[in-house]
Amino acid sequence: MISQAWREAGKQTLPVMFGYLPLGAAFGIVAIEVGIPWYAAAAMSIIIYAGAGQFLATTLLAAGAGLTEVAVATMMLNSRHVFYGLSLLKRFQGAGWRKPYMIFALTDETYSLLTSQQAYTHALGFRISLLNHLWWFTGTLIGVAVGSAQLFNSQGIEFALTALFIVLTLEQARRLKQALPFLIALVTGLGAVLLLPDRHLLLGAIGSASLLLLAHYRHDRRRESHHAS
Amino acid sequence: MLLDPVWQLIVVCALATFATRLLPFVALSRQADHPLILHLGRYLPPAVMLILVIYALRDFTPLAGDWQLNMGDDGLPLVLASLLVAGLHLWRRNALLSIVLGTASYMLMVQLSWVG
Repeated sequence: MISQAWREAGKQTLPVMFGYLPLGAAFGIVAIEVGIPWYAAAAMSIIIYAGAGQFLATTLLAAGAGLTEVAVATMMLNSRHVFYGLSLLKRFQGAGWRKPYMIFALTDETYSLLTSQQAYTHALGFRISLLNHLWWFTGTLIGVAVGSAQLFNSQGIEFALTALFIVLTLEQARRLKQALPFLIALVTGLGAVLLLPDRHLLLGAIGSASLLLLAHYRHDRRRESHHAS
Repeated sequence: MLLDPVWQLIVVCALATFATRLLPFVALSRQADHPLILHLGRYLPPAVMLILVIYALRDFTPLAGDWQLNMGDDGLPLVLASLLVAGLHLWRRNALLSIVLGTASYMLMVQLSWVG
């Protein structure tokens, strides 16, 4: 007996399932390849639950990065979640016992689904969050099973993450239709690739992009107050 | 230490991830409508996405002068597969299709050494 709310959530998370199963499997395979035990990889998909964050964690683990570096890099990588939360402050009001979990499980894909609801309810939102988490975990289990058994040559499968970022960038460009953030990203991203050592690259690029956006904001405000006077 | 290095890293990564998701709900709820927050909320996410693309493609370094790659021979397949992903997505706008075909093409290229 499956309730109406579960069926609706299942239907809505279907595209995410198709994305999370192979991507979760890719994570599981990469984790096994860098020497993380299968149960640790599975635990990561339960308690971390962040696609890019988990891939970054495997990279940092393989590189022998320090814990401070891991904490800072993870927070910088996931800094966009701060803004997801800001736009969901009102929507999550009154979610009660579901709220801590829904904040914990706020991935890019879950955020997209939750904010595109015509008739949002906390019951439906919670089920969407939970099912997406389940698809990601299931994908990871498939990945560690396949990766351990060496059923096929998985070399290069981690490109799925690069492909995901390219698709998300094109979707962002489509929504925003402004060159500014992409110009800033080109300057700071390429600058960081040329100037910074690998382990500080992401930090440096995102940090300096934030500073440039802050400068742009202050510049805009000054110009507006100048026009007003 | 109580935990071995793998579990230490996993716990730190989990706490750091949850912290970024929790932060606005505990600290910034009253600043939600501040214009600077709106400005960053509007422009930082797309900038971060493109930075992540550049980060992922950093092993392709023609700027080094001699097309020397710092990760085997994966550089040229990386760019060809990326162009395929972008082209497919601009054409069909099907995220799954772009990701699956792009990844498959990359895997074929690096495994069969067609390019590189």
